[in-house]
Amino acid sequence: MTDKTRRKRAVRKATKGARVKKAPAKKVRRGTHRKAGARAGKAPARRTVSVCFGTCCVQNGARDVKAALEEALRARKLKSGVRVMNGSCSALCDRGPVVRVEPDGVVYTRVTPADAVEMTESHLAGGKVVKRLQALEGPALESMPPVADVGFFREQVLVAMRNRGRIDPDSIEAYIANDGYAALARALTELTPEKIISEVKASGLRGRGGGGFPTGLKWEICRNSPSPDGKYVVCNADEGDPGAFMDRSLLESDPHSVIEGMVIGARGIGADEGYVYVREEYPLACERILRAIETAREYGFLGEDVLGTGFSFDINVVRGAGAFVCGEETALMASIEGKEGRPRPRPPFPAECGLWGKPTNINNVETWANVAPIILRGSGWYASLGTAHSKGTKVFALVGKIVNAGLIEVPMGITLRKIIYDIGGGVPRGKELKAVQTGGPSGGCIPASMIDIPVDYEELARAGSIMGSGGLIVMDEDTCMVDVARYFVAFLEEESCGKCTPCREGVRRMREILTRITEGDGEPGDIDLLTELGMAIKEASLCGLGATAPNPVLTTIRYFEDEYRAHIYDKRCPARVCKALIVYRVVPDKCTGCQRCVRACPVGAISGPRSQPHNLDQTKCIKCGACYEVCKFDAIAGDAIYIE
Amino acid sequence: MKPENKPAKRRGEKTENRPVKEPKSGPDRKIVKKSEMVRLTINGKKVNALKGDTVLEAAREAGIEIPTLCHHEALIPTGSCRLCVVEVTAGGRTRTMASCVTPVADGMRVATDTPRLKRIRRMVVILLEARCPNIAIIKKLARDFGVRKNPFPKDDEDCFLCGMCVRACLEIVGVGAIGIANRGPESEVVPPFSVESGVCIGCGTCAAICPARTFTLEKVFRRRSMHTAGGVESVFRCKVCESHYTGT
Repeated sequence: MTDKTRRKRAVRKATKGARVKKAPAKKVRRGTHRKAGARAGKAPARRTVSVCFGTCCVQNGARDVKAALEEALRARKLKSGVRVMNGSCSALCDRGPVVRVEPDGVVYTRVTPADAVEMTESHLAGGKVVKRLQALEGPALESMPPVADVGFFREQVLVAMRNRGRIDPDSIEAYIANDGYAALARALTELTPEKIISEVKASGLRGRGGGGFPTGLKWEICRNSPSPDGKYVVCNADEGDPGAFMDRSLLESDPHSVIEGMVIGARGIGADEGYVYVREEYPLACERILRAIETAREYGFLGEDVLGTGFSFDINVVRGAGAFVCGEETALMASIEGKEGRPRPRPPFPAECGLWGKPTNINNVETWANVAPIILRGSGWYASLGTAHSKGTKVFALVGKIVNAGLIEVPMGITLRKIIYDIGGGVPRGKELKAVQTGGPSGGCIPASMIDIPVDYEELARAGSIMGSGGLIVMDEDTCMVDVARYFVAFLEEESCGKCTPCREGVRRMREILTRITEGDGEPGDIDLLTELGMAIKEASLCGLGATAPNPVLTTIRYFEDEYRAHIYDKRCPARVCKALIVYRVVPDKCTGCQRCVRACPVGAISGPRSQPHNLDQTKCIKCGACYEVCKFDAIAGDAIYIE
Repeated sequence: MKPENKPAKRRGEKTENRPVKEPKSGPDRKIVKKSEMVRLTINGKKVNALKGDTVLEAAREAGIEIPTLCHHEALIPTGSCRLCVVEVTAGGRTRTMASCVTPVADGMRVATDTPRLKRIRRMVVILLEARCPNIAIIKKLARDFGVRKNPFPKDDEDCFLCGMCVRACLEIVGVGAIGIANRGPESEVVPPFSVESGVCIGCGTCAAICPARTFTLEKVFRRRSMHTAGGVESVFRCKVCESHYTGT
């Protein structure tokens, strides 16, 4: 007998009484998925506890939370009355792990395994909500209302994210139970391809990836492009904008919504093959869409003879290789074909000449996710949401200096003010709102004075920005707008494909100038040079990356020129971000010599005996700001360290 | 057809099977059917073009000059230098497009020399001159566009990535021994993985077509002597793809 066996037997003997008898294995019907809690023939569970299994929550320990909940329920003998399941992304991405209890409509955030016992005792067994875990801040939260009353959720209208937080992403049955694939059935049996297209046209759906091109019109052009060899539909899941993660969430949480949209689109256009191009940096999304495609095939929603109607369509998944430029449709197609991912001039457009020369319709993930509800509930319903020219809803990634960060889906036309304050809960720590960056690196910064503009394609363009993929980065008084412009331009410089002169050379030069400015070497002609250069790049670039690259620079110059001037002429950074332009000093009259800053300084730049005003050596100072943070006197004394 | 107009003979290709290249201009241009004709306006002047022509070809045919840098008659245009930009009004919209890759369309109105286009082209030349201040063709462009003082700090590159060498090697020679590696400002023309090309045939087309004269014929082949048992052999090295050849 080995030591290992001896030890195993000893453990088994010691735990003999405590071990729970294993139930006999249930027979599993072939071809179906039986998740924990499948309940054929039993009374339905009174509550469902859904643990968010999106990437962020899993990273923060969602698996352990789920295990702890199941263990606590087992110990309390409640397992049969409560169903614990893997949930789809709850969109409260900075407060994971998120746990949702239905039908109570209660959402718990930042749940740890240690909370499981309290949650079980108090809420699941006792019916009393655990208030301290319900941590959504904002004006509506005094009395811990249910989800539907919380500002963050109340203002949202979920179309693309209709299954958010409600279904197990790996369960096609859950998707079907929530009206999944009903639209496809209708499209294939009740509508003609032309009618499908006219419905999508009438809905007013526009491309959600950023271009905003009318989707139905694009489908129609593709349908009318002659091609005896077949056509393609493509889902653009490259999502390269920093700060945008709605496509990731949709693919991870509701992959079938995308598949259903693509099959309907393929039917309308007359395509027989599709591609989903997922960026390489989304392993979970790729895994889930692949699994969903396999399951959809098993159930007859993909492959030869879809739903027995004679229509055939299948989807391949292709992974990106780390290039933002491959979100551009012609570069994306080159990448799928195995060539270098560089854009080519248009015309011809992909709808006429795309993958391998055949008509190809490319749409963004969110656009595809909107198709099924439109077919099921009608174009009239969809067109009743939104504004005159921007119909429907849009998913925004609300991030940055905001209390409630995450993914929100709201009707077009809602104001930025409502998004930031009613939904987002405002700017944390009492700071003042400065600007909102929309549309990622291709977009622009909208100043706080303009947050009453309604969010739609035309209004944002008029303000100098773009809708883009829906990134909304909130900035406060501590954000340096010149630094923001430099950040985005540096990103685009690295991601430029390098083919055309204005983008390759011009964006690099913009970055050089902005870096100089943030380092205190700005020159009087810089603002004019940036503007002139920016306009040339905007007008002469080969593709959208270059054409929109100057937007962050041009909008910050337009709305925050005083900040540029402060950097260039006064060598000062008003937001106190650009390290080269800030100086930390001790105020001798206010310094009590408590030595807190001396201890905090990582390079020993502050010295001085106790109870005597300290001395800060500028030659050693690395501008980290630790002393400033630590020097916290009461309001009467004020700070003894200030920044100029 | 005059003998000079015949395309260069490719290795191993029988003369009879070579496709005949239709002359695009001059007295030999055939009489065309109406359905093949496209009528557009360039700088207010009515121009007739063939379906499938680009705006650049139509303009040159009409005697209107548009500057180019990455364009060559024998190569498929890519629209990468952006010097040839024109303003195109079609279907109620005006857009700035590269004329070398824009197909002509009926009723199109083209402007080739507006103040806006001049400003754009000038900025393109400024950017090129800042990158390659010592290349003759760029210096000439700078002179033509009146660029005296460059607002940007100057580099000293010997290549402005027009890509003609790459395209020629692929399209004309049919070998494709070199390509553009990396992305953005880090782009460079090299054989795959920057190691000696296994497929270069040493034809020197890349050197001949390069507008920067970066790879002149003299520079392409550099003599190196090798002493072997049988005598002295000369080894040549191609500067572009670094292949080695023996020869006398």
